[in-house]
Amino acid sequence: MLKGRHLTEPGDFTLEELDEVFDLADDIIEHEEDYLDAAHGKLLATLFYEPSTRTRFSFEAAMLRLGGQVIGFSDPKASSAAKGESLTDTVRTVSCYADAAVLRHPREGTAHLVAKTITDMPIINAGDGGHEHPTQTLTDLLTIRHELGSCDNKVVGVCGDLLFGRTIHSLVKTLNRYSGNKFVFISPKELCMPEHIKAHLAPDSYVETDSLDDVIGDLDILYMSRVQRERFVSEEEYIRLKDYYILDHNKMKHARPDMIVMHPLPRVNEIAVEVDKDPRAKYFDQAKYGMYVRMALLSKLMGVENNVKRSEA
Amino acid sequence: MLNVAKLKKGIVIDHINAGKGFDIYKELHLNDIDDAVVLMKGLPSKKLGKKDMIKIETDVELDMDVLGLIDPDVTINYVADGELISKVKLTLPKKVTGILECKNPRCISQYEHTGPITFYLVDPKTKTYRCEYCDSYTTFRSR
Repeated sequence: MLKGRHLTEPGDFTLEELDEVFDLADDIIEHEEDYLDAAHGKLLATLFYEPSTRTRFSFEAAMLRLGGQVIGFSDPKASSAAKGESLTDTVRTVSCYADAAVLRHPREGTAHLVAKTITDMPIINAGDGGHEHPTQTLTDLLTIRHELGSCDNKVVGVCGDLLFGRTIHSLVKTLNRYSGNKFVFISPKELCMPEHIKAHLAPDSYVETDSLDDVIGDLDILYMSRVQRERFVSEEEYIRLKDYYILDHNKMKHARPDMIVMHPLPRVNEIAVEVDKDPRAKYFDQAKYGMYVRMALLSKLMGVENNVKRSEA
Repeated sequence: MLNVAKLKKGIVIDHINAGKGFDIYKELHLNDIDDAVVLMKGLPSKKLGKKDMIKIETDVELDMDVLGLIDPDVTINYVADGELISKVKLTLPKKVTGILECKNPRCISQYEHTGPITFYLVDPKTKTYRCEYCDSYTTFRSR
């Protein structure tokens, strides 16, 4: 039963509960019109304490497509935070009005703090600094499920900034809960996968390399990531590493015909625009799956998934 | 060996690894107790070679989490009427609340009032704990 629950990290849900969300997302994709009024009369609060376009639009689009409405702010200066109100007081007040809240904040652990305090409104973590971004993980899993049939027994290559990439950390930890997955960590040594993530994995379940060319032919999934400028103290170091991997037509020639390419977006240079037309490029589809999985998640947490008007066959 | 009178009533913290006795004395604020407290250092021990020991001549509630963090090998003996009435062996606590502080400058606990923070044991060898909010690691060290 997911009604009323919080989602602060993917580990909050069992694999069965994740499947419940994905099954509903499948049904929404298949019968989107049936869900047009599922959240009629419900209100979602989007509390964005740092800038976001993709995630905020995705949540807002999800709620509006369910027939619900959205209130919120995308700049903390426009909230009572500017008057010195504590975060928990702000969310507690919002819980008097809204049926669910989406929270993005630059500080790590914010969603967990709020979720501990608020018991009568589901809180969804939409990113807390470099810590967790669980709905991106749900997006990634739904994409894999749809494109490759299941989240089990895959060879998953993650490439680029593995040191600071919260999306990748979260995805690897969650895919590791499914059975039979193997990981290939592809990064320059300066941006390699941290020990605390590898500690979750069996030693024989991953390999590390700095060569994408050497391993691309072995992969079911290639998950590319952006080297994030804001994480570097030295501009020189950033410039040296930012174009370390560029996925282009030539590299894709060595990949299997059924491999898929994923990316959480925004991309900078790590995937050449020429790859967009390759049928294996799934990163824009991924954004669409993100909206559907958020529709499913909101429906489950607000308990409206059965408010469906089945259309005539 | 130095002779300290047998305790009539109170607590004996025994088998303290040599050198940890003063840390325990400090961290448990034993200096604030009005009754007699004796800290003995460098006692001969068959098990440890050398050990420290603390005798407290009163009933006092010890913070077992702090004690377990500083030295999980200690034994606590409760004495009444000059007789041993119970003996407790400590272990490193699986979680501690309100003892450790998160050092991650990006953790929400540095910016918002969170109340006492709970930390979960990650590595018993290094006494490394994980912050409940940001998951960053902190290693316990006596102040």
